[in-house]
Amino acid sequence: MIGIIDYGMGNLRSVQKALERLDVQSEILSSPNELKDVDGVILPGVGAFRDAIGELQRHDFVNAIRETVASEKPLLGICLGQQLLFETSYEDGTYEGLGILEGDVVRFQPEPTIKIPHMGWNSLKIQQQTPLFSGLASGDYVYFVHGYFVQPKDSSVIAATTTHGSQEFVSAIASGNVYATQFHPEKSQRIGLQLLKNFANLVASRNFAGTTES
Amino acid sequence: MLAKRIIPCLDVHAGRVVKGVNFLNLRDAGDPVDIAARYENEGADELVFLDITASHEERDIILDVVARTSEVVFMPLTVGGGIRTLDDIRKLLSAGCDKVSINSAAVTDPNFVKEAALRFGSQCIVVNIDPKRVPVAGATIPESVPEHLRVQPRPGKNGEGEQVYWDVHVNGGRKPTGLDAVEWAKEVERLGAGELVLTSMDADGTKDGFDIEITKAVSEAVNIPVIASGGAGHPQHLCDAVTAGGASAALAASIFHYGEFTIQETKEYMAQQGVTVRMVEQTAPSQAE
Repeated sequence: MIGIIDYGMGNLRSVQKALERLDVQSEILSSPNELKDVDGVILPGVGAFRDAIGELQRHDFVNAIRETVASEKPLLGICLGQQLLFETSYEDGTYEGLGILEGDVVRFQPEPTIKIPHMGWNSLKIQQQTPLFSGLASGDYVYFVHGYFVQPKDSSVIAATTTHGSQEFVSAIASGNVYATQFHPEKSQRIGLQLLKNFANLVASRNFAGTTES
Repeated sequence: MLAKRIIPCLDVHAGRVVKGVNFLNLRDAGDPVDIAARYENEGADELVFLDITASHEERDIILDVVARTSEVVFMPLTVGGGIRTLDDIRKLLSAGCDKVSINSAAVTDPNFVKEAALRFGSQCIVVNIDPKRVPVAGATIPESVPEHLRVQPRPGKNGEGEQVYWDVHVNGGRKPTGLDAVEWAKEVERLGAGELVLTSMDADGTKDGFDIEITKAVSEAVNIPVIASGGAGHPQHLCDAVTAGGASAALAASIFHYGEFTIQETKEYMAQQGVTVRMVEQTAPSQAE
């Protein structure tokens, strides 16, 4: 069972519908206590960083998410959900994130030929072999809509990059049991569904391993 | 590199896709969900449903269409047509749509755009702007239009003839507002719109190509993506909109509905012309394993 964290920010139903399409069981979690009962977690999100971290705090999700990551359950952050995993965001001020990964969230630099937000389909350059990308290849297109992106301190967590104008930014993360994408797999047609399926397989295989050990 | 988007637009009336000329002689063209799935398979990058249902009682039917579509189609879905309140937007987003496009209501109450962007985020607020070239002589500008947004003299079509106003129209292109298309675009960006759909009333329905001058002027004036709309009759027109016109995407209806060109053919043509587009393999969406 995959839990989708509901903290009042984001299109949860899109993620859930994509999982339904893949015959993956999921439930919307509106309380931190429910995190204990799921095998993997998706942290979605659209909107502003400040509001999102505020809502996570208000719903007592901050420590619960850190504990979930420490328990080695797979976690997938999507879009703002990826940015929230980092230490500091500079979106309209300076805000502290979950700090699960080291690094910052910064804005695209203006260029004459690019639009900000970065909106639409752009291609992936795969930087790390991870089970999350099973069946995906460099050059595959995925759907983005964002004005900010993450800058990890440790470059080994970078799973994929993408180029907007002359700026190459981090479009996916894989670090232990923590996965994240700046793009929206739930809106990226076949490629996106494949990635969600891969995440569901990661959750299932870990769960299976856990069962056999006990 | 960011691909230029191709966006088919479907007119939906009382839950069915319809075809017609200027909303007359509407003919049933099928179930929106089926057509959405076909377009996804052909490589559409996004989809727009324009709800042209007139009667108030039938307006909630679109929510069911959106809900059913978002169960089988996994790309961004925009709904436009008659959106006037925050509650209209909330209902559409919870049904599964990703963006809403606001037209007349933005002109009537610009603050609505601001409130919608604050509440739901700029990424889901699209504003439609429908400019039409009108002669400078004889045009009346309502007193209520603020000085900085008033129409100003602009070049005529292809730079020929007298200077004209690029006057934003509402009510399906029937009613002039006295707002300058370029200045209004900057204003709605400032209010928080995340994207613009620019439909030239002069080009719409002609199949002679998009209005490149207006598209270029607006694209250069704002920093948010501009979707060119109105006038597509050949894949070359879509190339022109995103190259000479500087648009981030091109929206088209009849060129795809009447089977003149498929989305796949259009994209292949554009790729040959050197435009970056996203090509997809022709597989059923359900085959992702």
